[in-house]
Amino acid sequence: MNEMLRAEHLDQTFAALADPTRRAILARLAKGEASVGELTAPFAMSQPAISKHLKVLEAAGLVSRGRDRQRRPCRLEPEALTRATAWIEECRNLWERRFARLDGILDELQQQAEVAEEGRNGQE
Amino acid sequence: MDRNDLKVRAEGDRTIVITRSFDAPRALVFGAWTKPELLKRWLLGPDGWTFASCEVDLRVGGRYRYVWVNADGSRLTLGGEFREIAAPSRLVATEVFEGEPQFGEGLSVLELNETGGRTVVTQTVTYPSHDARDNMLASGMEAGMASSFTQLDDLLASEAVAQGVGP
Repeated sequence: MNEMLRAEHLDQTFAALADPTRRAILARLAKGEASVGELTAPFAMSQPAISKHLKVLEAAGLVSRGRDRQRRPCRLEPEALTRATAWIEECRNLWERRFARLDGILDELQQQAEVAEEGRNGQE
Repeated sequence: MDRNDLKVRAEGDRTIVITRSFDAPRALVFGAWTKPELLKRWLLGPDGWTFASCEVDLRVGGRYRYVWVNADGSRLTLGGEFREIAAPSRLVATEVFEGEPQFGEGLSVLELNETGGRTVVTQTVTYPSHDARDNMLASGMEAGMASSFTQLDDLLASEAVAQGVGP
């Protein structure tokens, strides 16, 4: 997949993940496939409302539907989610390295402040 | 002392929130975030990128400009304008990648809270669109693709508990 397409897909993934109901649906599907009816049960929401959320998740590549005409079970597609978490991980790695350096600088500044303080006390 | 409490999360579809605590009073942390001679030593880019220049005019309406360069000579320039300065607790600035107009202007809010000599920093960056946010590091993504499924399970498990649909 080229860069542009990949970034576009990631947008959809994040937009889909931004909703708590959709995240709860994914959490349920992480335990195994389920029908729309089974997915609706734990929510105070109508089946059409849940179906709407499922369409967003499907468009984002996070969920697929089975072929069984009656049941059309929903399945988690972890790859899109992995891409999203990998992106966050990359961002995290960059800041982790930056902050490790910043820790060193802050230690150094505090030591300098202590030395200066001791120097002043010594002169009194 | 826990120096590894870094949290990075995407909030909604165009915001990133970074939180970290430091074992230093916030005046020092604020200084490290606003003095070029200190910024140059830690705010480096991904591996191989170093500072070519770092300019900060710390006043409301003043500008900052960071230029990073990598081994093959490519440059990346981030600049913006300070909107609000309340040293040492809060700093608000716009954020624009030069030469990348498609990303538009983001807004960065830096908040520093000190308790008993330790400082918790929260940096919230809101990009003008989700495209801009996701493009930011899309190029570095291949490297992170190997990210494990355990992590994914953890994410989902925590969501499940939060939503009350867990076991």
